[in-house]
Amino acid sequence: MKKTKILIATAILGIATFVAIAADHIDAPAVQGGTSDITDFYAFRGENTSNLVLVANVQGLLTPGNTAAASFDERVLLEFNIDTDGDNIEDLVIQATPRDGKMYFFGPTGPTSTGLNSTIVSTTTNAGVVDITNYGETAMIEEFAGMKFFAGPRDDPFFFDFNKYTEIIAGDATGFANPGDDTFAGSNVLSVVVEVPKSMIGGSGTINTWVESKRKQ
Amino acid sequence: MKFNNIKLFAVAILASMTAINCSNDDDNVTGPTGPNFTGTYVQEDQMARPAINTVFVNDGMKDAFNTTTPSDMGAAFQAAFQTKLETLSPAYDPASPTDANALGFTAAQFTGVLATDVLTVSLDAPTTFFDGTNILTGRNLTDDVIDVELILIFGGEAGLTNPENPGLVSDNVASNDKEFLMSFPYLASPW
Repeated sequence: MKKTKILIATAILGIATFVAIAADHIDAPAVQGGTSDITDFYAFRGENTSNLVLVANVQGLLTPGNTAAASFDERVLLEFNIDTDGDNIEDLVIQATPRDGKMYFFGPTGPTSTGLNSTIVSTTTNAGVVDITNYGETAMIEEFAGMKFFAGPRDDPFFFDFNKYTEIIAGDATGFANPGDDTFAGSNVLSVVVEVPKSMIGGSGTINTWVESKRKQ
Repeated sequence: MKFNNIKLFAVAILASMTAINCSNDDDNVTGPTGPNFTGTYVQEDQMARPAINTVFVNDGMKDAFNTTTPSDMGAAFQAAFQTKLETLSPAYDPASPTDANALGFTAAQFTGVLATDVLTVSLDAPTTFFDGTNILTGRNLTDDVIDVELILIFGGEAGLTNPENPGLVSDNVASNDKEFLMSFPYLASPW
């Protein structure tokens, strides 16, 4: 009995270590496996090409079996940062944080302060809200002020033969396999998706974007 | 036994009455309801381009990278990124500083771009990490970002047509394991 337990523990540890980091999945000790661990960020124009879509994924490598139990953390703020003048300092933010089964969105708006510490820019006129879609439900979508919102579990859109890459870096392989094996196949993430009119984030030209996760102190 | 049941019943009634009183009090005290969004939120993670922290930041510095604002990243990380790139890829020989990738970037130029981890997005052109024409105008769900990065890291000057390290410029996984949606929220439903 004891031996079985040890074997199982070793196996779990082995799998956890083996899967490890990728796009940004489990990228650093302070966040890995936690509720603030960003796995990926996407920015692309929408079905309506006058809109831009921003995607932040967190809590990666969820198996179908443990996806239903995964939830957004009410103490974590996800913040899309938008630099419209090329100095790599955010001029606009779109903030998202969950409360009681709903994801609340604020912005795009100028932040109260730039950098590592944020307060939520909450006014009565800039807040969108959407019910967080439960595992197995049809995607719940809300619209507000020309924007669209979604929050809930999705298939991890990232694809990469990360295990082979790890072998190459470790000196255990000299090249990739063909065909490769997608390490992220069959796994889920928690996604926050916002579609925003380009007119609200600079209109034209080029912007710099990135996503941050921040924890309430 | 019977007496115990009565006692339990009495406790239950008392408890429910107290509970009702409590919630009545709460209504009077708290006034307008609604979530509380006050407080200060402090940064723990960040990302823009895929796999930057994973590939270029050394162990021991990964948390620091996640908590450095992009405007400070270049000064803090470019030199370390260049060392890492030259160690990682034979396509950049420190003895030949003119070694470059398919974009024409030397190790110093390429890591100068990468160390400041922001994703540039065009509000005019089609968005893509790289589609053969547009370069770094965003990131689509379908973009094979890993192959693009591998070509720029390992491919050398002719990385797109005649790569220096052919076994390292594609992981041979070209697409996701589920079809993306044409409409919002675009990402596929979970497994």
